Amino acid sequence: MSMAAAALSEHLGPIVGPEQIITNSEHLRGYRVSGETPKALVRPGSDQEVAEIVRFAATERLTLLPTGAGTKRAMHVPAARFDVAIEMVRLDRVVAYDPDDLTLSVEAGVSLSRLAAVLAEHRQFLPLAVPFMHRATVGGTIASGVDSPLRQFYGTARDYVLGMEFVTGDGQVAKSGGRVVKNVSGYDLHKLMIGSFGSLGVITKVNFRTFPMAASIGAFIAFFRSVRDAARMRDRIAESPLRPLTLEVLSPLATELLFGDRATGVESGPRLIDTPSKAHWALLVSFAGSGRVRERYERDLRALADAGASAVLEENTTSAVLARVREFSPIALESSPGAVILRLTVLPGEIAEALDDLARLAGKQELPWAAMARGVGVIYLALLPTAQDGEVRSRVGRAIDDLFDAFRPRQGSLTLAWCADAWKQAMSPRKTTRNDLEQMRKIKRAFDPTRVFASDPLGAWV
Amino acid sequence: MDPRLLHDLERLLGSEGVLYKPEDLLLYEYDGSVEVARPDCVVFPTGTAEVVEIVRLAARHRVPLVGRGAGTGLSGGALAREGGIVTSFARMNGILQIDVKNQRARVQPGVVNLDLSLAVRHAGLHFAPDPSSQKACTIGGNVSENSGGPHTLAYGVTTNHVLALEVVLPSGEVIELGSAAVDPPGYDLTGVFVGSEGTFGLVTEITVRLTRLPEAVKTLLAVYDLVDDATQTVAEITARGITPAACEMMDGWTIRAVEEYVHAGFPLDAAAVLLMEVDGLREVVEAEAQAVAEVCQMHHARSVRLARDDAERDLLWKGRKNAFGAAGRVSPSYYTQDGVIPRTKLPATLRQIGEIGRKYNLAIGNVFHAGDGNLHPIILFDERNKQQFRDAVAAADEIIAFCIAAGGSITGEHGVGMEKDRLMPLLFTEADLDLMKRVRAVFNPTGLLNPGKIFPTTKGCGEIYVRPQPAQAVPSP
Repeated sequence: MSMAAAALSEHLGPIVGPEQIITNSEHLRGYRVSGETPKALVRPGSDQEVAEIVRFAATERLTLLPTGAGTKRAMHVPAARFDVAIEMVRLDRVVAYDPDDLTLSVEAGVSLSRLAAVLAEHRQFLPLAVPFMHRATVGGTIASGVDSPLRQFYGTARDYVLGMEFVTGDGQVAKSGGRVVKNVSGYDLHKLMIGSFGSLGVITKVNFRTFPMAASIGAFIAFFRSVRDAARMRDRIAESPLRPLTLEVLSPLATELLFGDRATGVESGPRLIDTPSKAHWALLVSFAGSGRVRERYERDLRALADAGASAVLEENTTSAVLARVREFSPIALESSPGAVILRLTVLPGEIAEALDDLARLAGKQELPWAAMARGVGVIYLALLPTAQDGEVRSRVGRAIDDLFDAFRPRQGSLTLAWCADAWKQAMSPRKTTRNDLEQMRKIKRAFDPTRVFASDPLGAWV
Repeated sequence: MDPRLLHDLERLLGSEGVLYKPEDLLLYEYDGSVEVARPDCVVFPTGTAEVVEIVRLAARHRVPLVGRGAGTGLSGGALAREGGIVTSFARMNGILQIDVKNQRARVQPGVVNLDLSLAVRHAGLHFAPDPSSQKACTIGGNVSENSGGPHTLAYGVTTNHVLALEVVLPSGEVIELGSAAVDPPGYDLTGVFVGSEGTFGLVTEITVRLTRLPEAVKTLLAVYDLVDDATQTVAEITARGITPAACEMMDGWTIRAVEEYVHAGFPLDAAAVLLMEVDGLREVVEAEAQAVAEVCQMHHARSVRLARDDAERDLLWKGRKNAFGAAGRVSPSYYTQDGVIPRTKLPATLRQIGEIGRKYNLAIGNVFHAGDGNLHPIILFDERNKQQFRDAVAAADEIIAFCIAAGGSITGEHGVGMEKDRLMPLLFTEADLDLMKRVRAVFNPTGLLNPGKIFPTTKGCGEIYVRPQPAQAVPSP
């Protein structure tokens, strides 16, 4: 059943107030996801209002898509047609922040940048250095499960989200976990919400463990003629007593995109890093500590880099460099209108083999590509076609097919992470060998029995 | 129990793989808690295929099924509350694969926690979660309870180290959750499975992350004349942004009990000690140890002792890890709680526990993970004295109520099990619990797997709860 925009406005008005509903089609075009434009946008001001909206939608068989700042609309998540976008930006309270306990409770619509400022007053932070950092909200970041280079040291959201509140598909406000750093009461349902893309519920509040800021940070970059040599250094660091904050292997084009003359989407200024040539792979590692600790890292890393050219980066440069690493996906998307970013996970010791395969398959279709591999075994591969005609598009399609074929037998996974709308519509579901898909579908039904939430991350597979 | 079921189980596992005589079942009535429940039989599968058959037989006969590791749990998680079959994983104790390059290990659930760390030590690795019972407890049990331990302050609890599981569902279906590579696609089923207290499925294989051993470790013992000074030290260390690898506290009563038992050199007249450890790069450890010692002194520590060598370090830890055993030596029975509070509330909470002890005229020792606010008050009682037993339970409930009021939790690492199920409504609404039950039903729709756990069996709280009386002195965990 479908409801006209005017009728939607009439029903949702009493819940949130008429000024919090937008049905202007011009405005709504900005909320398009995968070619679908909502009929209305509603901005709830509390979890109770979210619950009422969900109950109304469930009764009227309307579908919903929660949204924060809208920075992830280019992410590839299969979604059904949706009627109403729920914009969460009015849930923007820092509910509780106890710096001495290193715990924080915030509503989903709080932006990460505002949160960073609040935490910085107490020299604390969240290790969520994620794409579109300056605009992204807490809710969108957690719901999309985007990762941060700082995971090398701090782990991912699943390691420092202590609890959550959310509205499930039956319009109930539910919670799990708590606000203390150690807690095993009840099931960790909030772990299901991380990376669920709003398919299980609307996240309204997230409790975090916060972290003290390091007194000072530094970084080290080494250049290598081959991916094998770069990956070998990753392995050596993993075998060493060093505990870096971040560790990324960058392909030649990735280094160029992030730090070279072609660098886009970042403030202009002098080159951050001088690369020995445009053909070199780079390994970038950052670390915390002052004085003797820094010296130790620098000395050990130089030794581990062996004969490769290398440079130590100062604190200011380190922050700027890490900001660009964080924004790899946005920068890659901006560099080519036909950009497609694939995300692979592999065992950390198999990064070199995986990157070799990627290079070969992208090269076979004569497509420019840039890759960034995190030391824990997550690889972002950006295919960056220079044109957008049909012939190029079919080459990109073939490259994606080849990649899926090549990586299916491996341990790990391959997903299409970011791409233009046209690509999303062209992507058909892939076969999966996972045998827990049925349980995942049942989880969806347990949280959202009438399928009121439109996004369907499981729809990428058959 | 239906003799035909027993017959089928014996045919499957051999007569040595099934226990059903009352005298053989006695041990399986207990875990490390004060709870008691007798199973109808205990079975000992040797592999996943046998587990599948056991699960199918249980389903066919509609008999409850409960998984069990070493039985060191502290909330009755591995007890057959409604009778039925206890599946012991004692014979599924193989380390299947050690992958040094990728820092992974694949193990069967019956592998003893410490044995895995010992098996990978040659490669400079260890399995980081280290419950006090790590010499006995199994990794399968750790997964079910999401166990912690002293070093989880810096290293995280079990869930932070589990990447993938092979699981037999109550339907007999075998599924794999997660993957050895990070970030498996789809919903984080591994994340919700760890800590589900054996109510989702029987875990038959576990893939864990191995952690590099630190280059340097310094262990400090700070001695205090006032409990408040010790708790203030912990709050200050946290506030300064120092994350020690471990930060444990024992109060005077516990110190004396432990010292008599272990002879670790704890001062008998102290009000409290803090046992703290910093680890990592040599340069980091030196700076942090110095900073920690400074904070201790600022808060009037009588002395701060640095363990000179591994032997002294091991001795101090032996004292801490045997605190519960020490309590068992001085009291016929004791009851350990597992409340969590925000770390800044430590001083007030310890004062409150002291008040509660005086109110009920019960000795309460305190030994706990101070760094993450996870309390383990040890309430001593004599179970032959019925009034004292009731008082111990009432005192425990008052402590938990205080933890909840302080913004904390009813359990930090021991689990809800059959011990704290009635407390769940104090933390969770009916909607929260209903959703949790729906998730349980995804895996365990008939509810035959580990029934009577986590969720309150009676509606509403505040009723008088009469705990089953232990038949004998409670074994120490």
